[in-house]
Amino acid sequence: MSAPLLELRALAKSFGGARALRGVDFDLQAGEVHALLGENGAGKSTLIKIVTGAHQPDSGTIAIAGQVVEQLSPAASHELGIACIYQQPALFPELTVAENIALRLEPSAALRRIDWRTRRNIAGRLLAQIGAEISPETAVRKLSMPEQQLVEIACALGAGARIVIMDEPTASLTQQEQHLLYDVVRDLRASGVGVIYISHRLEEIFSLADRVTVLRDGESVGTHRVSDINEAQLIQMMVGREMTHIYPPSEAAPGAVALALRGVGCAESGVRDVSFEVRTGEIFGLAGLVGAGRTELARVLFGLTPLDAGEIQLDGKKIAPSSPADAVAHGIAYVPEDRRHHGVVLELPIAHNMTMAIHRRIFSGAWLRFGAERALALDFIRALAVKCRGPEAPAASLSGGNQQKVSLARWLATKPRLLILDEPTQGVDVGAKSEIHRIIRDLAKDGLAVILISSDLPEIIGMSDRIGVMRGGTLTAILPGNSDPHAVIAAALGQNGRGAAA
Amino acid sequence: MRHYFRELSVAAVLLVLLAALAIFAPAFYQPQPLLSLATREAPTLIVACGMALVIIARQIDISVGSQFSVCSVSAALLAAMHWPLALVLPASVAIGAVLGAINGALIAGLGLPSIVVTLATMVTLRQGLNMLRQGEWVSLPDNVQWFGLSQTVGQWLLVAAALALLVALGLAMRHLAGGRFVYAVGSDAEAARLAGIRPRLGTFFIFVFMGALTGLAAMMNIIQSPQVQPLSGVGLELKVIAAVVVGGVAISGGRGNLWGAFAGLLLLACIAPALTHLRIEAYWEKAIQGAIILLAVVADGLRSRKGDA
Repeated sequence: MSAPLLELRALAKSFGGARALRGVDFDLQAGEVHALLGENGAGKSTLIKIVTGAHQPDSGTIAIAGQVVEQLSPAASHELGIACIYQQPALFPELTVAENIALRLEPSAALRRIDWRTRRNIAGRLLAQIGAEISPETAVRKLSMPEQQLVEIACALGAGARIVIMDEPTASLTQQEQHLLYDVVRDLRASGVGVIYISHRLEEIFSLADRVTVLRDGESVGTHRVSDINEAQLIQMMVGREMTHIYPPSEAAPGAVALALRGVGCAESGVRDVSFEVRTGEIFGLAGLVGAGRTELARVLFGLTPLDAGEIQLDGKKIAPSSPADAVAHGIAYVPEDRRHHGVVLELPIAHNMTMAIHRRIFSGAWLRFGAERALALDFIRALAVKCRGPEAPAASLSGGNQQKVSLARWLATKPRLLILDEPTQGVDVGAKSEIHRIIRDLAKDGLAVILISSDLPEIIGMSDRIGVMRGGTLTAILPGNSDPHAVIAAALGQNGRGAAA
Repeated sequence: MRHYFRELSVAAVLLVLLAALAIFAPAFYQPQPLLSLATREAPTLIVACGMALVIIARQIDISVGSQFSVCSVSAALLAAMHWPLALVLPASVAIGAVLGAINGALIAGLGLPSIVVTLATMVTLRQGLNMLRQGEWVSLPDNVQWFGLSQTVGQWLLVAAALALLVALGLAMRHLAGGRFVYAVGSDAEAARLAGIRPRLGTFFIFVFMGALTGLAAMMNIIQSPQVQPLSGVGLELKVIAAVVVGGVAISGGRGNLWGAFAGLLLLACIAPALTHLRIEAYWEKAIQGAIILLAVVADGLRSRKGDA
């Protein structure tokens, strides 16, 4: 066999303290579809970013067609024939298809005269080659998502790409569009292109891929021909880790029903027919893949997107939060996922951040009382062990874990009945993670109803009293806490536990 | 102290300028010309206070000059119709507030970018006024100028009123919840919304307030002269935006305060008389003001780049 198109050896990469890749081996042959599979956060995105030159690895080697590449910049990666087709195509919506393709292919001299006819012809030829019935004259903004992906593929082909990376290309496609895309992938393979295919859909991997590599916690745990492996074995590879982290034990005896959802839906964000109950003192985990509708559900509960089906009951009273302010008044708190953008205001001092949601309560008459604010901030800094210079330090000066605690403090200050935590430990170092777990447990023990959204499987399993699994905008299963990880993954992937127990 | 470094450095530059004048051109410190200078700048200070709020909330209002003209002419016409000044003043403020509410409704209600909306209202108001008035000046009855008081008393009254408003607003920005919401919305509107603050409502009221202050400033302007010319507000927007930016209010929102804006305004306002007294040609005024603005922007740019790293 000739040298592989792409060969990665012992690739490692850390961001701050977090080790995203710990040693990945991967190889891609010409004329092969090689699937990459792994949970959220297993390192797939980091791997792609290294191959496309967006990130530099800390150690390890990259060889392309047998040649070791020292520095891989985005331009160099492009030059070497590596193209990436993202789930959300990165095209210019106001330009035509031909102009978009030309931008990628033609030399970028500002004063060069444009040959419009050649430009159109090249675009037409590339589109025909992949069987896309799109006019090169169409403005990209008028194309559907799959059509835009086809334009991206045409760009890749035109650039002479030998390695095409596809990141969950079928995530937003209809069945029919998926089959069109599969044909294009097979054509690419037949013409000798190597395709790295990232997908969560096992059936897709089995019908399309030649080989599959599973990533777990930043390591490649195995590469197999798809003909040599079955779904159960794949799930086993994705999950099969030991629990490296000790979770505080559940001490709560769940009380009365705090939150009850019946057939909750929101057409705008794709949430439909969600029903479950959360008791006081209970931690209800929401598991599922990215895009399964967990954050979207939280946003409905917090009044950010409108409820348009079913009903929400809090402490037996029917509510329909119309805005965050309304949700707060009902006793709902939401610690959002993207804390740097939504959780804390980085420019403002810690104390201001902590009192932001409770102005009406601690500052009667709108006159700020700095003494009361400082006392409250100091209490929370002590209770949550926030490491900081003091309540006046700006939130930007804190580490990720401590920013998360500030965000949490803001919501605890509202004395909520229901606390929704969205990825509370994402990007947080191990020590702070344990502290946050401890805090969440204590809050539940004090009688708070908690909804915990997390893509970290051991966290969901270790922390939750019960686990709701979401898929495609709806709740597909409710499992007990400390469930078998295989069962959770299988439900999240839509395998209904079939073969997963083996 | 570190937190107010930017404001303190503007104040330091101002003090250096004033000290230099004290040594090389003590004639600058004659009371009557200084009082006249302060009186001329009093309306500008009021508008600059409003602009500081607008910019801290990560918006901009370039229509203030035209609003100022419309309010000036309207108030002058009402005064010429022998309305009592006690009614002309609230009328001018109300007209300004309505003009601000139009901006606010378009910006906060429809989510349009403030620079485009206020550019449109700036041109519309100015040309509308030109068309209606054909550039005609309005002569005022005698009792209007300096409220019918002596000039010196009237001048002191205006300066004191402007300073009192500055202090009141400056304290409100720090001690009222509303002031903190302005900072929160300007820093991160989405985070503020998730914290239960209503950024759109707040933005609307900031523009209404900006308009009301402009109406007040217009009133303070017309009582200074026996006649009101319709182009009195042209260029005002640039003057106040410059003062606010020089004073350390970040054009990207969320940072700065009224004290800084005040120092910035004083610095820019002192340049012209300082040049006269230092016997430097007056042509240099705009160039020096431009250089100061550039320096302030570069300083802020370097600061925020350091903050990112």
